Amino acid sequence: MKRSSVPAWVTVFVIIFFYIPTLMLVIQSFNSAKYGGAWQGFTFDWYRKLMHEREVWRAVENSLCVAAYSTFGATVLGTLGAWMLNRYKSKLQGGHYVLMYAPLMVPEILMGISLLMFFVNIGIPLGLPTIILAHITFCISYVCFTVMGRLQDFDDSLIHAAQDLGAKWPTIIWKILLPLLGPGILAGALLAFTLSIDDFVITFFTSGPGSTTLPVYIYSAIKKGSLATINALSVLMMTVTFSIVLISNYFINPKKS
Amino acid sequence: MGDFFELQTITKSFGKFKAVNNSTITIKKGEVFSLLGPSGCGKTTLLRIAAGFEQPDEGRVILDGRDITALPPNERQINTVFQNYALFPHMSVWDNIAFGLKVAKHSKTYIRQEVERMLDMIDLEEHAYKKPSLISGGQKQRVAIARALINKPQLLLLDEPLGALDLKLRQRMLLELDRIHDEVGISFLYVTHDQGEAMSLSDRIAVMNQGRIEQIGTPVEIYEAPKSSFVAAFIGDTNFLESGKVIEQFPDGYCNLKLDGFPDVICYNDNNHAVGEPVVISVRPEKLRVSFEEPPARQYHNKVKGKVEDIIYFGSETKYFVRVEDYRLSVFQQNIHFLLEENQIKWNDEVWISWHGNDSYMLQRYKPEDERLLAVPDPEYNPPTNHSQ
Repeated sequence: MKRSSVPAWVTVFVIIFFYIPTLMLVIQSFNSAKYGGAWQGFTFDWYRKLMHEREVWRAVENSLCVAAYSTFGATVLGTLGAWMLNRYKSKLQGGHYVLMYAPLMVPEILMGISLLMFFVNIGIPLGLPTIILAHITFCISYVCFTVMGRLQDFDDSLIHAAQDLGAKWPTIIWKILLPLLGPGILAGALLAFTLSIDDFVITFFTSGPGSTTLPVYIYSAIKKGSLATINALSVLMMTVTFSIVLISNYFINPKKS
Repeated sequence: MGDFFELQTITKSFGKFKAVNNSTITIKKGEVFSLLGPSGCGKTTLLRIAAGFEQPDEGRVILDGRDITALPPNERQINTVFQNYALFPHMSVWDNIAFGLKVAKHSKTYIRQEVERMLDMIDLEEHAYKKPSLISGGQKQRVAIARALINKPQLLLLDEPLGALDLKLRQRMLLELDRIHDEVGISFLYVTHDQGEAMSLSDRIAVMNQGRIEQIGTPVEIYEAPKSSFVAAFIGDTNFLESGKVIEQFPDGYCNLKLDGFPDVICYNDNNHAVGEPVVISVRPEKLRVSFEEPPARQYHNKVKGKVEDIIYFGSETKYFVRVEDYRLSVFQQNIHFLLEENQIKWNDEVWISWHGNDSYMLQRYKPEDERLLAVPDPEYNPPTNHSQ
């Protein structure tokens, strides 16, 4: 069979378009030139400077707080949603699926604006709680569909078998459901966490004074012009996000024995 | 030994579909009782009602004199061996078997002792610490049985337990099940669509069709004296002589029958069918004798002349398909003599077929809706349906 050169070209293009810019960012974060551009020597200065920027660490703190709460909320609600969608059949089921899917497809900017209007209209002051609510809203769908994938492989007769052997629901949940669905739920939670910590558009619209998260801070910092520290910050953030995605991938596709 | 487990007048519908219709079975202590029927006949629903996974619309479930209809599965002293085993994939064989005892919060020493006893019984000690995905189908089956037995249930439910195994393994597991039953001595309720399994394992069988119980009896009763043509056709192979009509009743129980497209026959009238009543006669292939020589005339013996259309040689026995007027009879004959020296029966030979009036059985004509359930395993063999009207 003749070997096709297409895979090789695809690889090259993917690297050029996806990873070269990222690589540039990483390189620039070690460049001693203040506004980027030409290479003027290796330095850790920007990382050092970053350590002393108070505002940055406030933003990190906010981001982590938002991500933690919204991950928790979205994981609990998304898992329950997946369980119900998978287990109980009703005439409205098709509708329920669409409702769950919609947040994945609605443009973020629309969601951001509508949430902003909603919060303003019902008089909730913008701040961390509104960001958390907004994040939970779109993370639920991701958790729900990740967990549902696991549930579809789940054999219901295991629950019957456990009941048959005398187990009540608490035992079934602890001994059967959580061990078997746990990886799926964890993968969903990690996905929610990365989505939440990365989100800019929706956060931008739903944040108020004093609730700046990291992506929003980076955006405003670029406008102010301290590009080099931002590069360093972005590299750190990227590292964290990448590792979480890798871990969650491991749980989504565990090695088959 | 009296009745010990009862399903009394159970009815269960799913939407408009009546899965089980007014069915009653009673199981004695220590008995192996089978529910046998084609898929969709309601046998699994009945088992799920016994286990407590379904609530009957009507009727009661009685275990050892106690009404347990309302009890959830985890409070019934009944355990189930599931069709696909339903072993917990994240637990070892040992933990799977121990699950019931751990749930019941028995002491560690008791659990270890009991699990080891079970492992010994199913002969799987060396695989105790393997996950279910690493053992074979037959081994999974044995683990499922041990797991269900460890709580010392009063009744063990088995839902098509051998369905997923290949033929050889199925036969071995049948013997194994029989041995386990002898060892534990509790009642088994065995659900299957495989008549061979049901016949060889059961003390009694209930044949189900379309949500109703057609007949309950020992394997011999069900095979030899089926109450309906459905039972006769579902259990084993049979020749139906349809469109029969009783024309003369003798005082000693035999009667003369007139048939369309077949010579008149004599049959013992077990069920006292009246003169003029339309009946179906069922004759099992092994009850027929085939021979070149005309059999001597004897009282209550039937003999008809036919032409051999097909022969299937199995070694120990031979199956002949013989055309007699409008019917194609299948005859199963043991090769009790050395065939090479015998005057062998060949294709297109004229032969005599004979049987005693006791060996055929008269039935009410079966309902047209049963016909689609009569799957005929041999594509060569066409049941004589041209006379059903």
